[in-house]
Amino acid sequence: MKTLNDLKPGQLGIVEKIVCDKGLRRRIVDMGITPGALVIMKRIAPFGDPIEINVRGFDLSIRKSEAQNIQIKERK
Amino acid sequence: MKIALVGNPNCGKTTLFNELTGSNQHVGNWPGVTVEKKEGSLRFRGAKINILDLPGIYSLSPYSSEEIVTRVSLIEDNPDLIINIVDATILERSLYLTTQLLELQKPMIIAFNMTDVVEKKGDIIDYNKFRSELNVPIVPISANKRIGVNELLDLAIRYAENKDGAKAAKKIYDDKVENIISKIENELSRSFNAENFENLQNKMSLRWLAVKLFENDELLMQKIKLQKTQAENINLYKGTVDLTPHMDEQMLIADQRYKYIYSLCAAAIKRKHAPEHITLTDKIDRVITNKFLAVPIFAVMMIFIFYVTFGPVGSSLRDQFEFLIKDVFGGFVLNLLTSLGAAAWSKSLIIDGIIEGVGSVISFFPQVMILFTLLSILEDSGYMARAAFIMDKLLRKVGLSGRAFVPLLMGFGCTVPAILGTRILEKENDKKLTILMIPFMSCSAKMPVYAMFIAALFREHQVLAISSIYLLGILVAVFTAMVFKGPVLKGETASFIMELPAYRMPTLKNLCLHVGARLKDFIVKAGTILVAATIVIWFLQSFNLSLQMISDKSESILASVGMAIAPVFSLCGFGDWRAAVSLLSGLIAKESVVSTMAVLYGTGGLAGVSQVIADQFSTISAYAFMVFVLLYTPCVAALSAMYKELKSVKWTVLALSYQLILAWTASMLVFQVGSSISKFF
Repeated sequence: MKTLNDLKPGQLGIVEKIVCDKGLRRRIVDMGITPGALVIMKRIAPFGDPIEINVRGFDLSIRKSEAQNIQIKERK
Repeated sequence: MKIALVGNPNCGKTTLFNELTGSNQHVGNWPGVTVEKKEGSLRFRGAKINILDLPGIYSLSPYSSEEIVTRVSLIEDNPDLIINIVDATILERSLYLTTQLLELQKPMIIAFNMTDVVEKKGDIIDYNKFRSELNVPIVPISANKRIGVNELLDLAIRYAENKDGAKAAKKIYDDKVENIISKIENELSRSFNAENFENLQNKMSLRWLAVKLFENDELLMQKIKLQKTQAENINLYKGTVDLTPHMDEQMLIADQRYKYIYSLCAAAIKRKHAPEHITLTDKIDRVITNKFLAVPIFAVMMIFIFYVTFGPVGSSLRDQFEFLIKDVFGGFVLNLLTSLGAAAWSKSLIIDGIIEGVGSVISFFPQVMILFTLLSILEDSGYMARAAFIMDKLLRKVGLSGRAFVPLLMGFGCTVPAILGTRILEKENDKKLTILMIPFMSCSAKMPVYAMFIAALFREHQVLAISSIYLLGILVAVFTAMVFKGPVLKGETASFIMELPAYRMPTLKNLCLHVGARLKDFIVKAGTILVAATIVIWFLQSFNLSLQMISDKSESILASVGMAIAPVFSLCGFGDWRAAVSLLSGLIAKESVVSTMAVLYGTGGLAGVSQVIADQFSTISAYAFMVFVLLYTPCVAALSAMYKELKSVKWTVLALSYQLILAWTASMLVFQVGSSISKFF
């Protein structure tokens, strides 16, 4: 299963499911990262972490350790 | 009439709040919570309106303190009307909170903010579609341009007076979930036995309660004590929904809310560009957060800020200001006093005391304003969030989240708001550690001290001297984090899910608001504390213990006090009693180090003080003095902010003693090591 971390800058993905504890999942979901949502991988921070993604029309930064809980399907 | 402003962080709530309340603003703090709500009032067409500015939130779930504050306020304060502000450029996410607010079934208006930006982007929003679908009034506004604000107020008043808010619930979930929710609602309405439940029922809608119960909201479950049969029935209804391991009730609700909003937005917004369209913000970010450019750009920006502040621009402004105050104004006052035939002592008090002391601080004011203006521009533009994004990984090495970077950077302006700004940090321990670090980010009030010494002794190497001081402060802050990381921080690090807002052109209005607040603060400080302190200092240095006016300052009362403390600093290279007294007065306000020195070393005009300082200090002892000022205990206002936020006497005292010991040790080392090295040259 691919996660958000597997996307390269510029690639798009569709969220499949979010697998983590409830507290973190709530934060992720409240920002609009829900199953079916389109995410665009924007860039990686200069020191390699966190990453910047675009979801539902806005930019969001999220750490790799958090993004690995978000499973996606790549969209060409 | 009470109106609550609710919306996502950074959606323009406070801009609207300021627009609405204007100069009438009154900011109230409620203690005990990590974030505050603000209250203001205004008069509009004869009606008095109270406005509550609630903390920005993404959701009404009780997972963070801001969410709890807002949720409790909406229920306990029971506002007559909710104005839900949504960022019209990101409707898909903003309306998620709206779907939750609608369930409260309170009178509500939605203000679509930043509609001017939407227009510029070329998107078209069908407001009527949103109005009929969401079944609430919608007003397009642009808070920072004051477009639509009066229409919003008009509508708000009419709407709140009619009290026709309780609309039929909007069905946004699928049939199965809606069915369960209405069954839970029925179950709830069946009995109002529990007294606190009745109380709650007056303020909350049954539908909202039902959805929360469906979601297993723990806070609410504790609050309403369901009867045993009720709880059993509700669980029975809930059991009829199909769940998978990663799709529990909470997830199901969130998912369906977003699906509903998605299809609504798809029908009502005509977007000019596809989601993957490259925006201006993207283009800027490509450069600013570039792997190789990010750090150099940050460094160049900082150097630029310090260069403008301390370099030719700032210092020539200061010289002109100095001339105006001391020579022009001081000369005028002196002539006036002489022609009035004033006594020698009163001339001395006013000219050598107040004008010399307070005047020297005021003459540094242009530089403080430049620094503050430039920092405000950074803050308003959206760069701060990028700085947090860039620095997160580094800050995590010292145990902090990237979010801590924003209050740390604000510390260069003023320690007090920076410490209050640590409230954006999620974890209590992150907050504590950041508060310990902030005082070492040299605040703008310490700047006049450096500027005075630099004018006296480091004319040749202004920028090097000043930037090394600031850099040292940063290094000490990092060192502090390393030292306290162990005892303070235990366990998990906070998450870093943070919105990176689109860049915005800083508005002149906002800039004036920020800088104006600092200006007002400065004038008040100069007019009260500094005048009082200089009078006291002047008195103590002009009289001896038998209260006779003296000409030799070293026989004064102040000198005897100063001489008692001074030996402590002899190892640091500034064992002069006048330096010791200035440092002591700096505990009241850092500017007062300068005003005290001006009174004590004063011979009239900055050149005079510079001359005396150049005689009294060597470059090494002057540098050691600057290091001490950089690191020692912050002013009283900052200390009380620290105490307020740390909520512990123990930690405040610990921080205070740590700063004192560190300052003494560091400046002693600078002087001792510096002096031994200089022997070889």
